[in-house]
Amino acid sequence: MDTFSKRKFIIAAIILGIGAIFILRLFTLQITNQTYKQFATRNVLRKIITFPARGFIYDRNHELMVYNKAAYDLLVVPREVKSFDTTELCNIIQLDRIDLRVAIKKAKQFSYYKPSIVVGQISPEIYAPLSEKLYKYPGFFTQSRTLREYPSKSAAQVLGYVGEVNQRIIEGDKYYRSGDYIGVSGLEKTYEKELRGIKGINNYMVDVHNRIKGRYNNGTADTTAILGQNLLTGMDKDLQAYAELLMTNKKGAIVAIEPSTGEIILMVSTPSYDPNLLVGRQRSVNYGILDRDSVYKPMWNRAIIGQYSPGSTFKLVNALIALQEHAISPLDRFSCSGPGSTPIKCTHNHVTPLAMREGLRESCNSYFWNVFRAIINHSSSPAEGYQVWRDHVMNFGFAQRIGTELTSEVKGNIPETTYYDKYFGQGRWNSMTIRSLAIGQGEILVTPLQMANMVATVANRGYYITPHLVKAIQDTNRVFRELKFEKKVTDINPEYFNTIIEGMQAVIDETTTMKLTVHQDNIVICGKTGTVQNPHGADNSAFVAFAPRDNPRIAIAVYIENAGFGATYAAPIAGLLIEKYINDSIAPGRKDLEQRLIETNLLHVVQVKK
Amino acid sequence: MQKRNNVWANIDWITVSIYLAMMFIGWINIYAAVYNEDHKSIFDFSQVYGKQLIWIVAAIFIAVLMLNTDSKFFVTFSFPIYIFFILVLLSVLVIGSEIKGAKSWIQIGNFSIQPSEFMKMATSLAIARYISSYNFKMHSWKSLLTLAGIIFIPVGLIFLQNDTGSAIVFGVFLLVLYREGLNGIVLFFSFLIAVVFILTMVLDPFITILILTIAAFLINYLIRKKTKRNLIGMGVFTSIFGILWFINYLVQGTVDPLYFLFIAAIVSAVLFFLWAMMLRKKGLAILIGIYFGCILFTVSVDYVFHNIMEEHQRNRINELLGIQSDLLGAGYNVNQSKIAIGSGGFFGKGFLQGTQTKFDFVPEQSTDFIFCTVGEEWGFLGTVTVVGLFMGLLMRIIYLAERNRSKFSRVYGYCVATILFFHFAVNVGMTIGLAPVIGIPLPFFSYGGSSLWSFTLLLFVFVRLDASRFEQLSF
Repeated sequence: MDTFSKRKFIIAAIILGIGAIFILRLFTLQITNQTYKQFATRNVLRKIITFPARGFIYDRNHELMVYNKAAYDLLVVPREVKSFDTTELCNIIQLDRIDLRVAIKKAKQFSYYKPSIVVGQISPEIYAPLSEKLYKYPGFFTQSRTLREYPSKSAAQVLGYVGEVNQRIIEGDKYYRSGDYIGVSGLEKTYEKELRGIKGINNYMVDVHNRIKGRYNNGTADTTAILGQNLLTGMDKDLQAYAELLMTNKKGAIVAIEPSTGEIILMVSTPSYDPNLLVGRQRSVNYGILDRDSVYKPMWNRAIIGQYSPGSTFKLVNALIALQEHAISPLDRFSCSGPGSTPIKCTHNHVTPLAMREGLRESCNSYFWNVFRAIINHSSSPAEGYQVWRDHVMNFGFAQRIGTELTSEVKGNIPETTYYDKYFGQGRWNSMTIRSLAIGQGEILVTPLQMANMVATVANRGYYITPHLVKAIQDTNRVFRELKFEKKVTDINPEYFNTIIEGMQAVIDETTTMKLTVHQDNIVICGKTGTVQNPHGADNSAFVAFAPRDNPRIAIAVYIENAGFGATYAAPIAGLLIEKYINDSIAPGRKDLEQRLIETNLLHVVQVKK
Repeated sequence: MQKRNNVWANIDWITVSIYLAMMFIGWINIYAAVYNEDHKSIFDFSQVYGKQLIWIVAAIFIAVLMLNTDSKFFVTFSFPIYIFFILVLLSVLVIGSEIKGAKSWIQIGNFSIQPSEFMKMATSLAIARYISSYNFKMHSWKSLLTLAGIIFIPVGLIFLQNDTGSAIVFGVFLLVLYREGLNGIVLFFSFLIAVVFILTMVLDPFITILILTIAAFLINYLIRKKTKRNLIGMGVFTSIFGILWFINYLVQGTVDPLYFLFIAAIVSAVLFFLWAMMLRKKGLAILIGIYFGCILFTVSVDYVFHNIMEEHQRNRINELLGIQSDLLGAGYNVNQSKIAIGSGGFFGKGFLQGTQTKFDFVPEQSTDFIFCTVGEEWGFLGTVTVVGLFMGLLMRIIYLAERNRSKFSRVYGYCVATILFFHFAVNVGMTIGLAPVIGIPLPFFSYGGSSLWSFTLLLFVFVRLDASRFEQLSF
């Protein structure tokens, strides 16, 4: 009857065949092929990084030296960008259209799916109108960042600066991503790990329009940002600023240390710059200007990388070594023929013969030549004598990195015996050959930090605590955790220090200029000047001091290039700083001196070739 | 004459159960697809899932209404129903409103109804009525032309409404005609033409000719196992193409190599056809004839498409076949759809845990791409369940159709099965990248009153007819 009845099987077969093909296809799509799962995650996952505020830096009085101000980055995900009004966006963010186009092109080259920064560090004033209009620009979004702010505009080289990470850093440390900031120099660099905190990552799900729809996996993989740790330094913010003011138009460095703790109270290197210049959108322009300045090198921290001859300030060390080695006694007198003295002429006009106290007071070159010769000749050979001398010198922290947190610290130089053996021939040199060392000239190179540390050692009568800037770090419980620092003891008997200190006090209290410019009625200051011959021009002016004599609170070294006699500029600057540190103010009678020092411009002194 | 309560006793509850299960699964997947934190209740009638519940309740009401209608009504009024909907379609052309480019909707208050959805049922009734009439002869020209008229009048009207997807569905009636005795060659050629057409459009004529040529040699080899002749044939074909290409290369000509391939195919086809005639190898001659026809068809499709059609017509065809595969066009949709389904894995992400569909990566996620939500949230288990439900329903309908002694019921049953099958195949095929992106809904799953009601009507008219299988349906 129905001749085509069997065709039902063919039709059923077609239907079932398609069903089977679909199930096979679904099997490969859903089970064997894993790529769709990754695509799905990539579709919805948007990692939003929350940047913790970078840690603050406080001075010794818990006053802020560095804090943060709000800033915003504008980012773009090229894949999600639709055509938009470029002119309007450019007007809002105050960017050139060409720059915007270049930024978007760069972002595309980096990734179509990952966000790239279009404009970084947008100020809150620009951010406010931008955030209102942002909905008009799909693919663009902002993230909040913090920028450094330096309220006292000082201590630029010590604090350092923060910059964007480069490709090398990103490859070396997984923590950083393109556009992140990192401490590039100074404390910002050394304490990067403490200051930066820990970034938080929030995993969000976004829809096709890139709108956030909720947390990915209920936020189980999210991490919260952990604030950066605050640093408590031993620095005195006001004193630092005052020191920089006094150093206006002078090239040089000042370091002051609290002898009992090794805390660096101030560290100045001039010419300097306002650290706020290296913050924000103008950073790269300003950096270029500062970096290219080859005359004043404002980014150099001369306090730790400037290598100078210590000059007469070094006589303190030679005196101590001679006493310890019993090469001389404090009462031994040596005569001086003034400018006619051999082998080192003495430029100072003074009584003769003189013992240790007067020798120091008058900074007599003849006296210290005899002291040095006595040390070298005290052993069986000059080389041995020199080695004894050098070992003592090294104990003061010379010719080595003293070990502050600043990584660019240099060693300076106290030659080894092998150096002279090589230069003059073994056994062919003696105290005479290396006589410049007697007065801190010749091969000796020290940094202002080492000079300050030396005078702190004197102030402590024989030891120093490793100088440091940061004394405590505020942990996550907001408690300042004190850091421990090594105490280093010299091999010199404390009683000899008192002899030297007698002389140092005499320098301040008994010489005419010091009496006028440095001496304080209520503070016993002990100091030593140095006038360093400078092959490149006018003499460098050096001065080291500590005060008060008993229970010293500050040890300071001032070094000014091309400033002439140490007594002229370096000493009064040190005097004012000591006065301000201990008395908190400058006596009215010394305001004139202060004013004169601030106004003195030593940058353009005619460079006389001697 | 049977009593009404016997109708309920004879209802095929398996079909009804599958129908209810599908609607329920569809409903909760619509809820998941457009789930909105602010409107958590599945009964929130401001949301599509709330509305779908209204459509479902109404659909059940329609189903009950159909079951309470005398089965003779459908037989008697099949042509009037058909003509009524033809008139509605005509009126849509005049007073219809446009949604997504198709002017196929009638706006009644807040509701929009798409008459073309109901046309499928009306046409099915008309086909069943006509084929089951005593004077119908499958291979008489008059009958075939009348059938063609019944099918092509609505197709034409729906085309005019710019609703190509719905129009194409009517092509599936070919399977019904095949069941009722249409020569299998028609089915074969229709299939061949469709394949060649899609190949030409989706790939390009050059590759299509190559595929056809290789297929011809392969088929010849499989049937006759004559390696030598095949090799000679391939040699002739290749050398004609090679020589032409080489000449072109020598004279630095800029002729499209497609022409060389075309000439090589035509020349060798003619040569071998003559040779086959000489040797009286009828089978080979037929094969070569089909090959020849396909080549000509390919080239003319390509020519018509590029040189005769207007830009907008080309676009519509490209859109239909999902050729414009730029990332923001059809290619994007299919890719996102595959991502959604593929990311479901074996067990799926769980109810309401899908991200791809909910966050709009997949377009039309509550209507044409509802299958993506099933795939993403219920995984392979879910998709296999849905495919299984469809297979079960379709097999059941074929079984029911075959058990009816009434030819009307059987033909109508096949119409229902094939229409549902076509929607299923194209819709699911589209979401898994096996079929072109044609915007037609997945029966009983996709959101939308018109489609749900029309499929319910379609199915329950058949359930009602089947319930009366012991009656003598005469007319």
